[in-house]
Amino acid sequence: MIIQVQNLTKKFDDFVAVNSISFNVEQGRIFAFLGPNGAGKTTTIKMLTTLLKPTSGKIILNGYDPIKDADGARHSFGIVFQDPSLDDELTAYENMEFHGVLYGLPKKIRRERIEQLLNIVELLDRKKELVRNFSGGMKRRLEIARGLLHHPKILFLDEPTLGLDPQTRNHIWSHIKDLNQKEGVTVFFTTHYMEEADRVAGQIAIIDQGKIIIQGTSAELKAKTNKSSLEDAFIELTGHAIRHEEVSSADRMRMHRRMWRR
Amino acid sequence: MNTIYILWLRQLKRYLRSRARIVGSIGQPLLFLVALGFGLGPVFQKAGQGNYLEFLSPGVIAMGILFTAIFSGIEIIWDRQFGFLKETLVAPVSRLEIMIGRTLGGATVALLQGLIVFLITIPLGFHPKLSTLPIALMFMILIALFFTALGTAIASPLKDLQGFQLIMNFVIMPTFFLSGALFPIDGLPQVLKIPLMINPLAYGIDGMRGALVGQAHFGMGFDFLILGIVTVVILGIGSYLFSKIQI
Repeated sequence: MIIQVQNLTKKFDDFVAVNSISFNVEQGRIFAFLGPNGAGKTTTIKMLTTLLKPTSGKIILNGYDPIKDADGARHSFGIVFQDPSLDDELTAYENMEFHGVLYGLPKKIRRERIEQLLNIVELLDRKKELVRNFSGGMKRRLEIARGLLHHPKILFLDEPTLGLDPQTRNHIWSHIKDLNQKEGVTVFFTTHYMEEADRVAGQIAIIDQGKIIIQGTSAELKAKTNKSSLEDAFIELTGHAIRHEEVSSADRMRMHRRMWRR
Repeated sequence: MNTIYILWLRQLKRYLRSRARIVGSIGQPLLFLVALGFGLGPVFQKAGQGNYLEFLSPGVIAMGILFTAIFSGIEIIWDRQFGFLKETLVAPVSRLEIMIGRTLGGATVALLQGLIVFLITIPLGFHPKLSTLPIALMFMILIALFFTALGTAIASPLKDLQGFQLIMNFVIMPTFFLSGALFPIDGLPQVLKIPLMINPLAYGIDGMRGALVGQAHFGMGFDFLILGIVTVVILGIGSYLFSKIQI
């Protein structure tokens, strides 16, 4: 098991964002982590990727504990965040180079891999352009290439195809599946596109209000709910009510400040 | 080491690419030199204090450094908003290395800005002593380091740009106006003297003035001691606050 999570909990003041969840991901799997807005997906990913300290619970990532051995864990994964995280003022190549240096790749390997990955995501001919001039899809592709630069064992993708057209989405997924098959990279991703999860995920977990409500393959989830599509199964399991966007700690601070001013 | 270098290089590249920022940050010092230097010059002379431009120039050079350094430190808030901060924080490098790289980068940029202002002062009539120029440079470097680290320390706990105006009005402006950049320290009333004595920039400017014009109020050795100590302290505080950042 390359990812092991036991009774993981995160509280912000009195708000429980993630409530004692447990799951395992086998090496080489594509794992879909689904849930409505505000269910705790991003908070979970932040804890898995050392950005947030859990309130309680245990995580083992590629044999490392991200709380005690952050560096070991950080070498093991690559991540594509939900929001962009590129430096707009640098070129595509410089963004890659920056990442390669931070992950300690020797110069020769770094140069080779950057060329190779930019070629895969079809940005090689624009490597010297400032990222500021890139479209949303191009930025996304660059972020995915960057996340793969240090050959991570696990790739975290937080809504990697959000806001992209179907062509780009297909493209990105075929690269990811390729990597999964050829290099054995374990993929942990979130998405709101159920047909995407249905198509690529070998294993699915659905989280709602901070708790994992079901785990299994797409076929198992459909069978359990007696539905023909994963989307219907998802709605059956999580209800029809529209959810609010997950409130980040920054937003919460802002709300507090506003209340306090009045 | 590589980590520090690449972070330093990033700051430098960003600076050199934003010409608007370079040109924009020259405007203010230039205005001070022309309007105050020439405008108050005759009064200063009449009061028997000598050439005002000679007196003012070190202060305005320091102002160029002060503004750029604090902005460089505060850039963390931009990096946080545009997401790039996450990229550095999930990398397998220590927060201390990131902090050192950023601070050196920001301080280098601020020093460059100071040197540009320095070059402008000369055609306007500033005659610096060249023999002690290296000492002046050392003070410029310390000012750059101190205020970059201060910017980092202030920006680390901030989540967005809302507090920016506050920093501008309550940190940068008082630091500049209460530093002795514009007026001599001798014979000041206590209301001005006390804030000036606790202002690190006052010692930086005094040291620069000692090296460039030969008029140090506190003495260059004392200036160096004070500024050196507070720089080490603020680097420590900045590193600590930066290490506590959570996304």
